[in-house]
Amino acid sequence: MLEIQNLSARIGEKEILRGVTLTVPDGEVHAIMGPNGAGKSTLSYVLSGREGYEVTAGTVTFNGQDLLAMEPEQRAAAGIFLAFQYPVELPGVGNANFIRTALNAIRRARGEPELDAVAFLKLARAAIKNLSMPDDMLKRNVNVGFSGGEKKRNEVLQMALLQPSLSILDETDSGLDIDALKIVADGVNALRSKRFSALVITHYQRLLDHIVPDRVHVLAAGKIVRSGGPELALELEAHGYANLEAA
Amino acid sequence: MTALPTRKLEAWRYTDLKSLAAISFADSAPAAVPDNLPDLGIPRLVFLNGAYNAALSTPPDYLSDFAEVAEASSLPLALINAEHARDGITIKIPENTDAGAILLISHASATSPLAFHPRHRITLAAGAKLTLIEISTGTGIYWHNQVMDIAVHEGATLAHYRLQDEAEKSFHLATIRAQIAQHAAYEAFTATIGAKLSRAEFHASLSGKNAHTHLNAAQLLGRHQHADFTTVVAHDAENCASRQTVKSVLSGHARGVFQGRIEVARIAQKTDGYQMTQALLLSDTAEMDIKPELEIFADDVKCSHGATIGALDPEQLFYLRSRGIPEPESRALLIRAFLEEALEPVTHDGARQLFDNAIANWWTHQ
Repeated sequence: MLEIQNLSARIGEKEILRGVTLTVPDGEVHAIMGPNGAGKSTLSYVLSGREGYEVTAGTVTFNGQDLLAMEPEQRAAAGIFLAFQYPVELPGVGNANFIRTALNAIRRARGEPELDAVAFLKLARAAIKNLSMPDDMLKRNVNVGFSGGEKKRNEVLQMALLQPSLSILDETDSGLDIDALKIVADGVNALRSKRFSALVITHYQRLLDHIVPDRVHVLAAGKIVRSGGPELALELEAHGYANLEAA
Repeated sequence: MTALPTRKLEAWRYTDLKSLAAISFADSAPAAVPDNLPDLGIPRLVFLNGAYNAALSTPPDYLSDFAEVAEASSLPLALINAEHARDGITIKIPENTDAGAILLISHASATSPLAFHPRHRITLAAGAKLTLIEISTGTGIYWHNQVMDIAVHEGATLAHYRLQDEAEKSFHLATIRAQIAQHAAYEAFTATIGAKLSRAEFHASLSGKNAHTHLNAAQLLGRHQHADFTTVVAHDAENCASRQTVKSVLSGHARGVFQGRIEVARIAQKTDGYQMTQALLLSDTAEMDIKPELEIFADDVKCSHGATIGALDPEQLFYLRSRGIPEPESRALLIRAFLEEALEPVTHDGARQLFDNAIANWWTHQ
């Protein structure tokens, strides 16, 4: 369970989050919607531990642990996964080697035995097939020369193999055509279980047709201004964010 | 003795040998036999304190005696070597023979300052093949002043991999001269990890049509280490290609130097020359000096060079860490990835493993 209490954060002098309070229970998928500049990406980066953000108030606990006190790699070992809005290219690093190194680092941190290359490849090939990705995606350098859609699918591949208990999907739908969107959504839906939860950050409603959330929250000017069921997303799609202040 | 070069010489502008000149070296010393000499399961030639050790060696075929006569030279360190050389290997691979791989080890154990000047000569007859893997290592204060003369005859291929992992207070100065004939290839990679002050100086002459060379290097330096990689590639025939990728990872107060000169003779039309040097600075006090020189007299030539100096990318580092890979391991992965392109000529599995281990080991000691 993820519990965010009154979280405020800034970059330099610029206040971005101004008291976000949000609880995501195990097994639930919550969507965070909001206009550009509302603080959606900042929230995802603060939760995953990226440098450059200063938390000025509030707490975040994940399964009872103080998340903000942990290094990014410790958060990953604790079960948090951030699907990047802009996945990073790593020239010279093979995708299979990258994901296996990550998986084994997480397994080590949890006191589990590491996987050898053969066992890993078996897992990875199965996952790649489920995501309708070409086999050579494992051999290529991480995200180098990947199309926008391939990059996003590669994020979902990593998620499928690392088996997080909380995924944060930061605008995963941006730049995807409808077929790729379905594949990505299927990948996320396949992980849904009592022990998996997700925070789906999106500007548009269309991703939520495929990943149906339990709750929808609207983030505006660094605060959650409304929360509701999946129908809230439809309402926003119909009326836009402009009427939020009135509502 | 021929005088050591000074910084007044353009070729030595970035590398100051004063600290070497200040030491008086003995020219021989009894050698201790080291515990763990590298063994790659291939024929091995072992030099201890500059002298060939038959007991530790498993010589390959084609080995002949130390070459008594030195090649003529105007290079100051080659001249010093010629005056002092007392041992070295001479290998001649016969025509159309694939001689596999040979390991050449230099191990020094100096209890007081010691200098040794091995003279090696490698000749591949037409159509021959050889992989030569060199490891230089040791303990104490010493000066390893190596000269290697290489002739790769028509259609022959020499792969030459060098791991310079000398003792912390040592000096390593190597001069390698290669003649590369028609359709022949000389594929070289040097990893510079050890020594207080070092220089690897390559003079490669592409003297026949369609000859090819790679002169690649990786420098991994910390503390106050100084390492210089200097190359002179002479394109003296048509249709030859030269490729140089030099990658430097510098921490502490380390200083890396790359001087790369490409000389294209009037006759050498259709020359394809490429030179890229990239440095990764891990501290504010590390320094990289890069001097590319192109001297082109032919008119139908493709020659390019480029240089970049930067730091590790924080975005890449965060991406790796967000996937659960701890920071030191993430840095190591990015550094290894940065070096990858320079290692391209290293196609021998044992040599790859050797360099992978040396790079990983360097990183864990930073």
